Amino acid sequence: MSLIIANTKLKSRLLVGTGKFSSTEVMKAAIDATETSMVTVALRRVDLENEQDDMLGAIDRAKYILLPNTSGARNADEAVRLARLARAAGCGEWIKLEVTPDPRYLLPDPIETLKAAEILVKEGFIVLPYINADPVLAKYLEEAGTATVMPLGAPIGSNRGIRTKDSIRIIIENANVPVVVDAGLGAPSHAAEAMEMGADAVLVNTAIAVADDPVKMATAFKLAVKAGRIAYESGLGEVKATASASSPLTGFLNE
Amino acid sequence: MNITLNGKEKEIAENTSVENLVNELKLKDTPIVAEISGKIIKPENYSSAILEEGNIVELIRFVGGG
Repeated sequence: MSLIIANTKLKSRLLVGTGKFSSTEVMKAAIDATETSMVTVALRRVDLENEQDDMLGAIDRAKYILLPNTSGARNADEAVRLARLARAAGCGEWIKLEVTPDPRYLLPDPIETLKAAEILVKEGFIVLPYINADPVLAKYLEEAGTATVMPLGAPIGSNRGIRTKDSIRIIIENANVPVVVDAGLGAPSHAAEAMEMGADAVLVNTAIAVADDPVKMATAFKLAVKAGRIAYESGLGEVKATASASSPLTGFLNE
Repeated sequence: MNITLNGKEKEIAENTSVENLVNELKLKDTPIVAEISGKIIKPENYSSAILEEGNIVELIRFVGGG
């Protein structure tokens, strides 16, 4: 079964970020290798002193849905302003809502995120909020009309894997919207684990972008997400404290 | 007259439109969005948006991000 977010069918369950790549060319090749359907981008002031690559021009808009983020926003007002700018630039209604007042851990502010989500949903945006793995907040956002919830595994760019497992399990159990595990996934095994747990998708950026070979790492993540999803759909075996023999115990050696 | 462009003072001629400014900065072919003193100007309105003394102009573009 495909992933559907806000009535849009996505072929891939791996969402990919475009930050931190060494060049636009490497970014483009890595995105292609992930076979993703959706890529995130950020908004910043034009640097008037230095000429910059047109990274947007490198992204094939026919192949990938653009998901602009509100990174840099420290409160709801700033996030709403960034979302409106992204839409005015012709990026459609999709918005990854992130409000991160603290630069050290970049943890999302739940109160400002909910406030911004309520405003943006009313304005017709398709809102994908980045949140801490808080099941109660996830419910509030879903009720506010967000298209997904995106709980973090660990702080952005930390590569620490899923440190919020128990809470993410509850979010997945309760959610009526897709759950996208975002942030902290540092290895393909982390992404596979999220998918095995029943996450609908994952969002990966740093782990791919900073790899020695980002294109190869992109492929590894693509396969891991697929493997994890297939495992989830297959139904994982029960976890037990004691052994359960795989080979039949005929018992004749003791006869 | 003076405006503040992306946080820096800039002197421009009277009756400069956002389109003129974008052309002068050689950003014509770059997907950007302009904001004048908090108000978003869509690309289709760049030619009719005339800058005034003291305007705070932000030119925003897309960059890589997660």
